[in-house]
Amino acid sequence: MSLNIEVIHQENTKSELADFRAGDTVTVNVKVIEGSKERIQPFKGVVIQKKNTGIATTLTVRKMSGNVFVERIFPVHSPRIDSIVVDRPGKVRQSRIYYMRDLRGKAARISERQV
Amino acid sequence: MNGILAKKLGMTQLFTEQGECVPVTVLEAGPCVVVCHRTENKEGYKAIQIGFGSKKEQRANKAEIGHFKKAGVDVCEHLAEFDVSDLESWPVGKEIGAADFADVKQVNVSGLSKGRGFAGAIKRHGFHSGPRSHGTHNMREPGSTSAHSYPGRVFPGKKMPGQYGNKKVTVKHLQVVKVDGERNLIFVRGAVPGPKNGVIVVRKD
Repeated sequence: MSLNIEVIHQENTKSELADFRAGDTVTVNVKVIEGSKERIQPFKGVVIQKKNTGIATTLTVRKMSGNVFVERIFPVHSPRIDSIVVDRPGKVRQSRIYYMRDLRGKAARISERQV
Repeated sequence: MNGILAKKLGMTQLFTEQGECVPVTVLEAGPCVVVCHRTENKEGYKAIQIGFGSKKEQRANKAEIGHFKKAGVDVCEHLAEFDVSDLESWPVGKEIGAADFADVKQVNVSGLSKGRGFAGAIKRHGFHSGPRSHGTHNMREPGSTSAHSYPGRVFPGKKMPGQYGNKKVTVKHLQVVKVDGERNLIFVRGAVPGPKNGVIVVRKD
């Protein structure tokens, strides 16, 4: 009777996760199915937020696609997410950088964080 | 056998192969043990009584200890009866668990809902609250209960404050997502009444 819900949470979460936070530029490798083939589609952009809710943890990535901004929310522990790679750690003061939505051009730069 | 006793462990989520996220409640169903039989000759119906959960012998009274001793099983905390078609395949002392639910698609789940005590009409029935300021005293009041001299009474069943929760609630047609026979776990899609560690009756739908 020592079984509890935390054990089951752990079984269904990925043990190795990239350490990323808001402001980082990351590449999320998503598995997509095209017809009968499966391939990996990268989605590269800035992390706007990371919602730490255990097994339901998500991250929101914002990127420029053509001349429009696209935001996508990924469940971190989903089997459709192949990997998350941190390309450039960014230095920001807030954990939710929604203000990036109002900034364009030079104002939307993020300085690099020393790791 | 059409049902089993279980403990609600809590909620989590599972992913399907397609990446779809499924909200599930994890139930620890068993190990249960058959304690006694209800026979057509004696009680007029066919059923098995099953026990679930362990209990210290010093916490049980003599009648309970005698009941379990007769079956030759350990003292259980909870007992429940379930109908069976043939008693021979469920002998006294047989262990049952989640593995018996391996091929079940849907279940009905009953449990004692979380007790909220004597609750007002807002919490209990979802009434709107009144204005909080501007000199009103109508903040969480239920409002008018009836009209004037006609009908001159309050209709029966009028929604009013009262005991909320701590009542048996059944949720029907819950989909069984996964069964782990080894650890006696049943993963049921959606929410199940009652608090964590609450005792739940799971019936085949």
